[in-house]
Amino acid sequence: MLVKTLGLEVNTGSDQLHQEVTGGYVGDLLSDVIAHSASGNIWVTIQTHPNIVAVASMKDLAAIILAGGREPDPETLKKASEEGIPLLRSSLPAFELVGRLYQAGVSGIVSC
Amino acid sequence: MLNRFRADLHIHSCLSPCASEEMKPKAVVERAMTVGLDMIAICDHNSADNLFAFIEAGKQAGLSVLPGMEVTSKEEIHLLAIFNRLEDCLMLQDWVYQHLSGKNKEEVFGSQTLVNEKSEAIGYNEKLLIGATLLPIEEIVSFVRNLEGIVIASHIDRQAFSLIGQLGFIPEGLSLDGLEISPRTSLEEAKKKYRSYQHLAFVHFSDAHSIEEIGRVSTEFLIKERTSREIKMALHSQEGRSMAEG
Repeated sequence: MLVKTLGLEVNTGSDQLHQEVTGGYVGDLLSDVIAHSASGNIWVTIQTHPNIVAVASMKDLAAIILAGGREPDPETLKKASEEGIPLLRSSLPAFELVGRLYQAGVSGIVSC
Repeated sequence: MLNRFRADLHIHSCLSPCASEEMKPKAVVERAMTVGLDMIAICDHNSADNLFAFIEAGKQAGLSVLPGMEVTSKEEIHLLAIFNRLEDCLMLQDWVYQHLSGKNKEEVFGSQTLVNEKSEAIGYNEKLLIGATLLPIEEIVSFVRNLEGIVIASHIDRQAFSLIGQLGFIPEGLSLDGLEISPRTSLEEAKKKYRSYQHLAFVHFSDAHSIEEIGRVSTEFLIKERTSREIKMALHSQEGRSMAEG
């Protein structure tokens, strides 16, 4: 659904996209994402290192979206497809992308 | 015959935009000797341009100065690369420069002063040294290792620009020679906090950006001579070489 609305490119994990989305988190400091993201979150980042897959898997995140048209490192793609983690891409900058996700009904941990 | 040498292998010169202008060869070498250091390394951000001047000044005063660089990876991680030979560090510099774009804005980031061995300012580096290269951390580590240099992840206890801050944990298979702990954390605390990385050597260096910060923490190496090769052996506890807090 979101993939279509937001025009996301699906790089890996297309069969895992049915997972329920509990909210969203944005961050490029992986230590912060480990500390503050929650299970089922969509994670928006510009970090492309293979460790993002490990973080998504560790925190049971619904998907990673690389913003700003960033290309994943080859090793990152490989790991994401091995672990079945949805790795998506958007040409939108992170700010725009998050705005649209919010409009589409994905919110952060704090709901107002 | 092994000897104890006190080392601070992470000192910035006036070339680093964020370092004080006073970080010139004579002042740095004098201070290092005054605080009882036996060896230092100059590690500026993404540049080796001031190394020759510092090595010469060290020679004249009788202090070992190793050539080094603090490289910023694509993931915005700071890595220390330390060598025996200036030529090797200059090879690293060539490669780093090819992957570093932008121009420094002196009024925003600070000046990047080039010096000679007499501590005279001879010009300015115009590159955006504070910026990140386009090089993945793994590539930097293997490049430095191929040149037989030492690779140490900078200030892993800090959130900003550190391996653990940026990537959450140390990627598997990354062949580092050690982990640097900043002066804000004691080695004891760090060894507890980063217990899972105890297979790697922990070193305490100052990351000095001003004269009074030189040697505020240091590491003592039990080695044969003051070379990066010997330090590498100590970091890996080889052939009786070892280290302790300085």
